[in-house]
Amino acid sequence: MTLTIEARGLTKRFGKKTALDGLSLEVESGQVVAVLGPNGAGKTTFVRSVSTLIRPEEGELKVCGYDVRREAESVRRVIGLAGQYAAVDQALSGRENLVLVARLFGQSAKQAKANAEAVLELFGLDEAADRLVRTYSGGMRRKLDLGASLVSQPRLLILDEPTTGLDPRSRLDLWDAIEGLVERGTDVLLTTQYLDEADRLARNIVIIDQGRTVASGTPAELKRRIGGKILEVHVRDRAHIPLVAQALTREGVAAPQIDESTRRISVGADDGAAQWLIDGLTAVRDSGAVLADIAVREPSLDEVFLALTGQKTSSAESVGAATLETA
Amino acid sequence: MTTLTPTIRTGRAGIVTGTGLLAKRTTVTFLRRPELVVLSLVQMSAIMLTFRFIFGGAIGTAHGLPYVDFSVPGFITAGVLFQTLGTAIGIAEDMEQGFIDRLRSMPFSTAAMLTGRVVADTGILAIVLAVTTAVGFAVGFRLQASVLGGLEAFGLCLVFGLAFSWLFIAVGLLAGNVKAAQGVSMIVFIVTFASSAYVPTQTMPGWLRAFAENQPVTAMANAVRSLTLGSHSQAFLGHGPGYFVIRSLFWAVGILVAFSVISVAKFRRAAG
Repeated sequence: MTLTIEARGLTKRFGKKTALDGLSLEVESGQVVAVLGPNGAGKTTFVRSVSTLIRPEEGELKVCGYDVRREAESVRRVIGLAGQYAAVDQALSGRENLVLVARLFGQSAKQAKANAEAVLELFGLDEAADRLVRTYSGGMRRKLDLGASLVSQPRLLILDEPTTGLDPRSRLDLWDAIEGLVERGTDVLLTTQYLDEADRLARNIVIIDQGRTVASGTPAELKRRIGGKILEVHVRDRAHIPLVAQALTREGVAAPQIDESTRRISVGADDGAAQWLIDGLTAVRDSGAVLADIAVREPSLDEVFLALTGQKTSSAESVGAATLETA
Repeated sequence: MTTLTPTIRTGRAGIVTGTGLLAKRTTVTFLRRPELVVLSLVQMSAIMLTFRFIFGGAIGTAHGLPYVDFSVPGFITAGVLFQTLGTAIGIAEDMEQGFIDRLRSMPFSTAAMLTGRVVADTGILAIVLAVTTAVGFAVGFRLQASVLGGLEAFGLCLVFGLAFSWLFIAVGLLAGNVKAAQGVSMIVFIVTFASSAYVPTQTMPGWLRAFAENQPVTAMANAVRSLTLGSHSQAFLGHGPGYFVIRSLFWAVGILVAFSVISVAKFRRAAG
């Protein structure tokens, strides 16, 4: 098994603030991994460490087998970085930007031109290729930036919050582009605050909080971690919320979660607790509440995330409380 | 679908190629931003015209030296600082927009990023100084010494520019964002006004004069004066060209060494 990223006990402080607090994680090759975490969790610090832009004070970090401290130069040869900002030159055309980066990687003028052309085509930027980047939309700039990190054909592509600040259309567009790369076999390390982004793009998700790895696994594995199914009841009338809540509390596995604004009551059930579900449904029926909808569903990554990072959001807090202790 | 040519995954541009590529990039970027070109060319000319025609009359002559002869070398010297100040802003911009991060994440000579900019900025400086010099001649400045002396003065300005490029690279790197870098421009105003660039230091109060006479801009302005005005200026300045040229070279080398070391260290250091 080859490890693309191997981090053990990474620690990095900025003054009094601890950005990484003994973070450990492993990424196998052939994977897209999303590092997910709230603002200030240490995502960017981790990505900057992997990109050799900062040095962790303690711990070990290897990228494609190379130590980021002792073999930074080798690491730089195998990675491509697209940061939070579109690091492209606004006063150059799209093509000029790509050729510049390719040439800085030591490619001949001819190679650089060919690679730039290929990248432009890959991202559908051929028509805008000779326009100055300052005339590009935000989405086009990000795509170009992504392209610039690809002209060297990196083994590991590092994307730091690639779609932050983009409109929904450009976001989908960029997702398609990233998925295309993944199909071609590029390993991707992605940070994001968006669960849907991680869910869609990554086969593996690492959740970090306060500079530590809180959980990792496939989206399905993570969802399983907060228990089996969620029973969610949607009442028509807000006044009926307490009726349902009481009925479910009596059946009680865990306290039901109430979202007043959407008039939903949800409660977690242990995996395979079929009998509990039947009891719960019966209780809801007998409560006399008028229902708009009732559903048994998988927990969302949102619930996993909030549960594991301990963020105070009404819907996730107690759903995850039980699992936090066992985690 | 086109595929990327399957090769080259381990390359890097050498320092010479890298310097060339980034110098070209900086130059092209500058030329494509008309506001920067216009600012550079108009700024110094406007200041020169203001002093020549508005204040110049009041300042009159000093020691038989017409104000225009006194001031044009000063403006050209000050122009070096105002022009190279753009380097700080350019570097800060590159930091803010992640361009420097991208380069630092590449297998790429860290020095080339900086030398590329210095080469480009010195080239741009040469053009701007040539225009400023032409405006100087247009408003009445005349070489009193040899043409060779004039060329030497021009060359000295470029050396000075080279040194200040490094200073402003350090400023840009330390500032980290455009606003902070722009804040530094105040210092340029102070150093050029508290020097012999625009007016003789003799009329300044003692404390200011002590500062003005012992700082690089004065040494430089006087060096340019003595190279372009020859004996005409010696009586007034008190020393010949050799004295001032050596002093200004001393300053230039000092600034260059100190700030190139600081810049490279700051650039290399895994900051964040």
